[in-house]
Amino acid sequence: MTHVGYLVAGWGITLGTLGVYAFRLVRRGRNLSARVPDAHRRWLEDQGPNGA
Amino acid sequence: MLGVLAFVLTDADVRIHPTTGEEFGQFDAVRLLYVHVPLAVMTYVAFGLCAVASLGVLIRRTPWWDVTAHAAAEVGTVFCGLVLITGSIWGRPVWNTWWEWGDVRLMTTLVLFLMFAGYLALRRTTGDPRSMSRRAAVVALVAVLDIPLVNRSVEWWENRTLHQQSTLNDLKIEDLTLFTLMLGFLMMGMVLAWLLLHRFRVGWLERAALDHSVAAAIVERRAETSEAEVRRSVGETEDRS
Repeated sequence: MTHVGYLVAGWGITLGTLGVYAFRLVRRGRNLSARVPDAHRRWLEDQGPNGA
Repeated sequence: MLGVLAFVLTDADVRIHPTTGEEFGQFDAVRLLYVHVPLAVMTYVAFGLCAVASLGVLIRRTPWWDVTAHAAAEVGTVFCGLVLITGSIWGRPVWNTWWEWGDVRLMTTLVLFLMFAGYLALRRTTGDPRSMSRRAAVVALVAVLDIPLVNRSVEWWENRTLHQQSTLNDLKIEDLTLFTLMLGFLMMGMVLAWLLLHRFRVGWLERAALDHSVAAAIVERRAETSEAEVRRSVGETEDRS
């Protein structure tokens, strides 16, 4: 017995959703990064926005 | 690559639980569990991290904790949604139903998803960011109380769920099935870590961009003000002469 349709749907939706979400995260990060001065981009190197 | 490897591993007729296997035979559908179960466990991890970070928000009140809590909640909600979808797809061939409203685990998981969706909706409201962060932290700490209910529901209300009881705790699976499931945990753990890091970065940059734009607006306003003052003083000097 095979359930190929269910398998393709389950794995496809999971990998597709995670892929689209990851792509959008990277794109949002790049867009935001272009609007922020270098000194404030990395949270490891300074206190960042609003103090800390 | 790990996902593809997890997918192709195991025999087609491998069965993850004795009762389910004897009565229904999951056959190929069991391959969905190698993504469904790790997604569920990583949902717990993400929401647990959100709860810890929310405690940090309430105690330390620093942006770092706030951004971490928001990132974990968003990624966890994506994972939780996928848990519901993959579970539903797996349930159709194995349980012969897409959804069962009387199933305690399904309902507690749906409640968990809706509570964190509410958390994310709260984060999008306008108002004082600090008080909004504190309110969201309280919501997260309340919502995370549902996780033990989701996890233990199959033990506490075993007659009100289609789910089998804990498989991993009693080591009811072994060999390649266990290995593939562990591979699924590894894969989904890495995906979760990657997404959390990038979502944290986005949250941090959002705050930095807002801070920078406010600072730039203040500088611009000051420049306009000083320019107007210079013009006014020049005008007064010319009037006197």
